[in-house]
Amino acid sequence: MSELSELYQQVILDHNKKPRNFHKLESPSHTAEGYNPLCGDQLTVYLKVEDDQVKDVAFEGSGCAISKASASMMTQAVKGKSRQDTEELFKEFHSLVTGESDEENEENHLGNLKIFAGVRDFPVRVKCATLPWHTLHAALNKKEIVSTE
Amino acid sequence: MLSTADAIQATGPVSTWDVERIRGDFPVLHQKVNGKPLIYLDNGASSQVPQVVIDRGIFYIEQEHSNIHRGVHYLSQRATTAYEGAREKVKRFINARESRECIFVRGTTEGINLVMHGYGRKFIGEGDEVIISAMEHHANIVPWQMLCEEKRARLRVIPMNDAGELIFDEYDALLNTRTKLVAVTHVSNALGTINPIKEMIAQAHKYGVPVLIDGAQSAPHMPVDVQDLDCDFFAFSGHKMYAPTGSGIIYGKAELLEKMNPFQGGGDMIKTVTFEKTTFAELPNKMEAGTPAIASQIGLGAAIDYLNTIGREQAAAWENELLRYATERVSAIEGVRIIGTAKEKASVLSFIIDGIHPHDIGTILDQEGIAVRAGHHCAQPVMQRFNVPATARASFAFYNTKEEIDVLAGTIEKVIEIFS
Repeated sequence: MSELSELYQQVILDHNKKPRNFHKLESPSHTAEGYNPLCGDQLTVYLKVEDDQVKDVAFEGSGCAISKASASMMTQAVKGKSRQDTEELFKEFHSLVTGESDEENEENHLGNLKIFAGVRDFPVRVKCATLPWHTLHAALNKKEIVSTE
Repeated sequence: MLSTADAIQATGPVSTWDVERIRGDFPVLHQKVNGKPLIYLDNGASSQVPQVVIDRGIFYIEQEHSNIHRGVHYLSQRATTAYEGAREKVKRFINARESRECIFVRGTTEGINLVMHGYGRKFIGEGDEVIISAMEHHANIVPWQMLCEEKRARLRVIPMNDAGELIFDEYDALLNTRTKLVAVTHVSNALGTINPIKEMIAQAHKYGVPVLIDGAQSAPHMPVDVQDLDCDFFAFSGHKMYAPTGSGIIYGKAELLEKMNPFQGGGDMIKTVTFEKTTFAELPNKMEAGTPAIASQIGLGAAIDYLNTIGREQAAAWENELLRYATERVSAIEGVRIIGTAKEKASVLSFIIDGIHPHDIGTILDQEGIAVRAGHHCAQPVMQRFNVPATARASFAFYNTKEEIDVLAGTIEKVIEIFS
């Protein structure tokens, strides 16, 4: 069960149980919906962007523990960041969970998001972890619906 | 004609189910997954293939392969004989009147689409109605939706109760003079419900309405007699009944298939072709354009032989026992809810756990070597009906054991522990 405990770390289980910024945002400047038709995950990401900075971010929806925790921790990570830094973080996160590069040990901005490294051992779950980020990316680029299939 | 009962008698029934001997017939079952013995409980999605069926396919490819219905040469005749022999086996398997009523298709989905194109597009028009049920697989929803959109016809849906049973009175109320087709599943892939299709067919026939039965989940698990049911179309897939993928059947009453449009145009389905006009071949060739999946369909014939040898009724009895045992074990776990509690059920156990997404359940079970389906099972309206995003589904075959169900139940408890 060692790979399993890598995947379902306490922090992830905690964010699944008590997701942060888990609500609708009044008058968001950007919003997008994300779907993973494979497992039925669905979420909406709301953003308030001012002067190229993410002033506020929140999400709603239903999904597995990995997608919910990923969304929750994503909102914490990008709040207050510039658009450019947010997109940069998306790239780093993506390469962490797909195992494209050794982000766990490299210099980057991931911080506690590194706990998602365990996802790379579960290829079918990579989309669960990246769905919130793809949706955030779509919102920032004014695409309203994104699907990971 | 050899009925199912005759077939069992001819091969000798097994008084007690020797599951270990049966497991020996399936090479894929004897492997480890994540260091644990594989426990394959995803038979509703696709079942495993016994050695005799594998051998039959290999023998065809090594010794008999050629194109069918084409050459005067030796190999083409052998391939044709084997292919048409498989059709004969199918005919006996479902007790069709004639083998030309059994059209080879690549699976249930293609079979339903064949009827949609060949029958629906010819005989269903504006203002007409097609009845389906609330528990259909997407394969028996989407083709009819496409047809209704194209023809401006109306799709009506038979509702179900909280146990996952169709409400017969509501069905009765939907039938009317505008109804042109009823398309319902025999067994629900997401819930396991066995529908009373014989009564439903009889009811539709009072209005002169033909009925298509999606038999994907029933043909592998219970005897099917299309004459006794009096269904007009019956579709099933080989890969859910121990044959290779790419094999399957749409049965249709000859008089209906004859007046239908061909499904696809091409070789093998014609009598004569000129640039001015083509005349179509007789059944079944009219519906089978192009070179089919010959090896897979011959494999379907071999799978039917295998099922007859082991005894379909005994196999079904063991599966019922597995379902009873699994329902008892899994529903006893606190926090687990079974989705689909119909009185009449086939060996499908769909469940959810409070506060835990089925996808997480699936991943943790997989780590213990247990294969289940986690998701919407291509039946999103069923999920919406029960107000769940997805379920985890264990679906059993006659090669599963009670010990495997014990491991399943123990691992579900472990899942709950991890998330507690």
